[in-house]
Amino acid sequence: MLARNTKKRSILPGFGLSLGYTLTYLGLIVLLPLSTLAFKTSTLGLQGFFDVLTSLRVLKSFQLTLLVSLAAALINTFFGFLIAWFLVRIPFPGKKIIDALIDLPFALPTAVSGIALTTIYAPNGILGKPLMDIGIKVAYTPIGITLALILIGLPFVVRTVQPALEELEPELEEAALSLGASSWVTFYKIIFPFLLPSLLTGFTLAFARSIGEYGSVVFIAGNMPLKTEITSLLIITKLEQYDYTGATAIASGMLILSFTLLLLINLLQSWTSKRLKGL
Amino acid sequence: MFYIYPDLSVFAERPLVNSLLKNILYTVLSGLLILANNEVQGKSLTLLNASYDPTREFYRDFNREFSAYWNSKTGQKISVRQSHGGSGKQARSVIDGLRADVVTLALAYDIDEIARKSKRLPANWQSKLPHQSSPYTSTIVFLVRQGNPKNIKDWPDLARPGVQVISPNPKTSGGARWNYLAAWGYIVQKETGGLDSLNYLKPEKISTAAQSKAKDFVQKVFKNVPVLDAGARASANTFIQRGIGDVLITWENEALLTLREIKNAHFEIVVPSVSILAEPPVALIEKNAKRKGTYDAAKAYLRYLYTPKAQTLAAKHFFRPIYPDSVNKKILNTFKPIKTFNLQQIFVNWTTAQKTHFSDGGVFDQIYLNY
Repeated sequence: MLARNTKKRSILPGFGLSLGYTLTYLGLIVLLPLSTLAFKTSTLGLQGFFDVLTSLRVLKSFQLTLLVSLAAALINTFFGFLIAWFLVRIPFPGKKIIDALIDLPFALPTAVSGIALTTIYAPNGILGKPLMDIGIKVAYTPIGITLALILIGLPFVVRTVQPALEELEPELEEAALSLGASSWVTFYKIIFPFLLPSLLTGFTLAFARSIGEYGSVVFIAGNMPLKTEITSLLIITKLEQYDYTGATAIASGMLILSFTLLLLINLLQSWTSKRLKGL
Repeated sequence: MFYIYPDLSVFAERPLVNSLLKNILYTVLSGLLILANNEVQGKSLTLLNASYDPTREFYRDFNREFSAYWNSKTGQKISVRQSHGGSGKQARSVIDGLRADVVTLALAYDIDEIARKSKRLPANWQSKLPHQSSPYTSTIVFLVRQGNPKNIKDWPDLARPGVQVISPNPKTSGGARWNYLAAWGYIVQKETGGLDSLNYLKPEKISTAAQSKAKDFVQKVFKNVPVLDAGARASANTFIQRGIGDVLITWENEALLTLREIKNAHFEIVVPSVSILAEPPVALIEKNAKRKGTYDAAKAYLRYLYTPKAQTLAAKHFFRPIYPDSVNKKILNTFKPIKTFNLQQIFVNWTTAQKTHFSDGGVFDQIYLNY
């Protein structure tokens, strides 16, 4: 009945069809696996669910995972913006090659990037050794984990900011400058607000990707309980003990947490883009 | 299983959709043909062996031997496919529906869980084959850097302050559980008056004083571990490639393989005075094999592991044969003499060991967490 009503009201052709395939596809690919997660967790009961989530080890891993993901996403947002700026604004021979390089972390198996990073940043690695000499230990510390997450998150920021930058007309900047704005004011008042929604999208994607990352992190993390143990590793640990419900409980907890965070960021983003349209 | 040989040349000549459709049709048809060939005529059989990581090279050779033997005995063509991975992960795959005919894993606990959770093999699976279903054994030894700079001779040296020990995490690695139990058992046998005394002492009768000394010791050893990798190969990588640590606790077969595979390896094997007899078990997943019609072949496959030929192959791949008399003395020389105790003598059985030591909040967790 709902479908018929909307069909009548909708002036767009193919609404029913497109709604149909979107819902079916999302249902099969996203919702069905997630619902089994919820189902498996529900066998644990509310008390059991909270007991699993509030154990010291799980809490510590949440804390670590969220902090390193946040740090990596913030660093990526900053440097991703700089790189996107370079790629869009500055003519340069061989730029296509650098442009293609950005996507490499997407294509590389995460275990490969993890092992490669560990080789370089381990205490006997080419960068790890000099860093160790000045007292900075990278591999097997949260710094190493952050590094792995920076690597896998970078393309998300660059690839979302790039199109927005391409759309940004140089006339806007020229107008601002000719009206007497300093270059800092031009950036702050004109460019930044225009790019903010895409920066937020890039940040969100990189952040979300980091929270669930396993392959690249386990090699560089050192996996010491309470210190460098990420949440995905705890899920694997539970599975190794054939504790399927415990594993799904942690996964569900993480999912709820990240969903809430993503929702907040999305709200922020829609607010900023509305403001942008109002300008 | 489907064997797919897509003909890529069609892409060059025809429009994409057309060629895709043809390709799909071709694949499905050839798949059906192969299925029909296999199951109707019954001429060729395929076995699937789900195993853990270090057995890769051994089973590659063994499968060839067995196929030849089976073919000459029954006239039937047989091919054995291998799947390798962490022991626990392989067990979970079988529980979740992987149609393995046989499993050959790192520890009995993983097969116990398959029996408990999937009921595809009887709970008393371990009594179905000789020697508690372990056709070959191994033990836990140390790999140290050349010249043994930290002078590591035996277990107590691993607890010394300033010695860095590399071992994977017992919570995620089957091999690491053997490491942990070997260290624990060393102290228990020492405190109870030596290895022989274990023959007269039931595991339940081991004094709490000995147990708590063992606990202190194992805690000290694991406090010396700077990196807890998830699996045995990752730990070996940390020790060998990253140059981290003074001593790697590892399977004897892996240590010997490392010395053979890595030329100019700057490492030495140190055999402790006493270690654990690691018994990697094998089992027939009866319901899978019956359903696939491979029951007899799969059963023969496991029995064949106990023949002199297979025992020799195992020894060549650095697993200790359980019937050393059937193996050439020269090959046996690779194995240094070592005194061992088995898991049952100290830890009752795998399920008990797992529950006491490696479950959440168990003894291993208490090293890091003070509950």
